[in-house]
Amino acid sequence: MDEKMLHDLSLKAAQVRSLAMDAVFSAASGHIGGSLSVADILTVLYFHTMKVDPKAPQAPDRDRLVLSKGHTTPALYATLALKGYFPVEELKLFRSVEGHYSGHPDMVHVPGVDMSTGSLGQGISAAVGMALAGQMDRKDHRIYAVLGDGEVEEGQVWEAAMAAAKYHLDNLCAVVDVNGLQIDGKTADVMPSEPLDKKFEAFNWNVIQVDGHDIAAVAAAFEAAKKGKGKPTVILARTVKGKGVSFMEGDAGWHGKAPNAEQYEKAHAELEAKVAELEGK
Amino acid sequence: MGEKLATRAAFGEAIVALAEQYPELVVLDADLSSATMTKKFSQTYPERFFNMGIAEGNMVGVAAGLAACGKKPFAATFAMFAAGRAFEQVRNSVAYPHLNVKVVGSHGGLSVGEDGATHQCCEDFATMRSIPGMVVCCPCDANEMTAAVKALLEYEGPAYLRLGRLAVETVTDGIPGYQFELGRGITVHQGKDVTIIAVGMMVQKALTAAEFLAEEGIDARVIDMHTIKPLDVELVEKAARETGCIVTTEEHNIIGGLGEAVAACVAERCPVPVVRHGVEDTFGRSGKAELVLEKYGLTPEGIAAKVRRAMELKK
Repeated sequence: MDEKMLHDLSLKAAQVRSLAMDAVFSAASGHIGGSLSVADILTVLYFHTMKVDPKAPQAPDRDRLVLSKGHTTPALYATLALKGYFPVEELKLFRSVEGHYSGHPDMVHVPGVDMSTGSLGQGISAAVGMALAGQMDRKDHRIYAVLGDGEVEEGQVWEAAMAAAKYHLDNLCAVVDVNGLQIDGKTADVMPSEPLDKKFEAFNWNVIQVDGHDIAAVAAAFEAAKKGKGKPTVILARTVKGKGVSFMEGDAGWHGKAPNAEQYEKAHAELEAKVAELEGK
Repeated sequence: MGEKLATRAAFGEAIVALAEQYPELVVLDADLSSATMTKKFSQTYPERFFNMGIAEGNMVGVAAGLAACGKKPFAATFAMFAAGRAFEQVRNSVAYPHLNVKVVGSHGGLSVGEDGATHQCCEDFATMRSIPGMVVCCPCDANEMTAAVKALLEYEGPAYLRLGRLAVETVTDGIPGYQFELGRGITVHQGKDVTIIAVGMMVQKALTAAEFLAEEGIDARVIDMHTIKPLDVELVEKAARETGCIVTTEEHNIIGGLGEAVAACVAERCPVPVVRHGVEDTFGRSGKAELVLEKYGLTPEGIAAKVRRAMELKK
C-alpha cells in the first residue's frame, strides 16, 4: 500500500472512531469498546477493499458486509456516513426514537446496511447464504462477515463455519475482531475460545492472522483472502478493545457503556488530536 | 371427498412442479428431507437444494442471506425445530428485516405419534404468530397445500407453513368456486347454529363432526381457516353474528394458536361464546398417531362435545 493510501485510511479510521464516540455520547448509550477495536477493519473494508457505491446501495453485484458483531453499530454507522450513504449529521439520531438509526444494524431503514444483525452468531449464517447465492449465480462479488471473539461462543457460528466449508465458499471472508474481552471480562475467563486458528483450520477454512490495527496489513490480508480458492477464509485480527482512547483501552467495562460528559471530553480530545495530527494541523 | 394424501407429500410435489416457473425458488433442509418431502426437489434440482445438516438455526440464517440476495428460499424441518429451536433466528434474521423466507415446519402437532413429546410440536402457531409481520399458514389437504405453496411463492415476505404428517382426505377440491387466498378462510360447510373454525387436518374431523351433529339437529357451519395470521376477521365476525357461537379446533395447544386468535377477534368485534378445542396444555405421549390423537380428544367426537358446550353457553 502506498503512503498516501495508508495516510488516507488512517485518517478515515481516526474519523470513524471520533464519530462513533460522538454517536454513543449523544445517545448516552451504545457499545464503544468494540467499535473502537473494529474501526480500522471497517475502514479498510469500505474505503479500500469492498466494491460498493453509496449511490447504489442495493446494486445486486456489490460486495456485502454483515456486521455479525452487530452491537458495534456506532463504528458501522460512522463508516457508512463517512462513505456517503447518509449525512454525517444523522449520526446524532443514533439510538434515538426520533430517527431510524437503531442500536443494532437495520437493513430496512439504514442505507448501506446489508443485513440486520445484533443477536450474536446469526450474521455469519446470513453471510453464508449471501455467498451461496453469489456462487449459484456465478457472480464474482464478495461477502464479508465481521465477528467478535466473544461472539464465537455461540454454537451457530460453528454451524455456519461447517456449512461454508461444505459449499467451498471462497467468496466468503470472515474477520474475527479478537480484542480478548467481552461484557463480563476476559474472553479467556468467561469462555475460552482460543485457539481460534486451529479451530477454523479444523473446520476447513483458510486462516490469516493479522494485527487488526495495522491498516496496511489488514488490507493485505483481505487481498490474500481473495486468492484462497475452494475454501472460505477467516482473518483473525488481533485488536485492542477501546483502541485510541487511553482510559478505555483493554477495559471490559467499556463494552457497552457510554461516557459521561467529563469522560467524553477527554475521549473526544484524544480522538480529535489523532484526526488533527493526520490532517497535518 | 377425494383421495388421501399427506400435505407434506403435496408440498414436496408442489415445489418441484413450480421450480421452473420460479427460478429463484431454492430449498433448504436440515437432514430430514425424506420426512419433509423435499427429497424429490433435491434430486430434481440439486443445484438449488442445500442440506444444512442438523443445524436449524444456521439453516434459517442462511435462508435469510439467500433471500437478501433475491432468492425465494423455503427452509424445511420438523415444526418443533423450525418454530421452536430456530424461533429467534426466524424472529431476528428473517422477520425483523422482513426477508422473503418461507419457514416450513413439517409433522406439526401430536400426529408425529411414536416419537413422543419432544417431537410433537403443539406450540408452533403460538410462537410464529407472535412475531410481527409473520404469515402463518396450515393447509388442510393436498389440494390446498398446492395452492398455498404457489401463493407463498407470490407473496414477498416472511411466512410459516405447517405441513402435516398423516395422509388426509382431500376435501377442498369439491368446493364450488374454491379459490385459495392467503388470509381468506373458506366456508367448507354451511350451517346456522354454530360455526366450527378449523385448521389443518382438523378441518376433515370438523366436517365429520358436522355430519353427526346434524343428526342431533345441530346445523354446524365449518370454516377452513388455513391462514391463522393474518386472520380472516371479516369471516370470523360474520360467523359470530350469524351463528351466535363458535368452536375452534386445531392440532395445537389451546394456548396461543387459532383458538386464541379467534377468541380475541370475536371479543373485540362481536362477543359471542367461543370454545377452544385442541391439545389441553399438556405434552403428548408416544403411540400410533391415530391413537395419540384419540387419547387427547382430537377427534370428531371431541369437537362435537365442544359444540354442545358452545350451544349451552349460547342459550
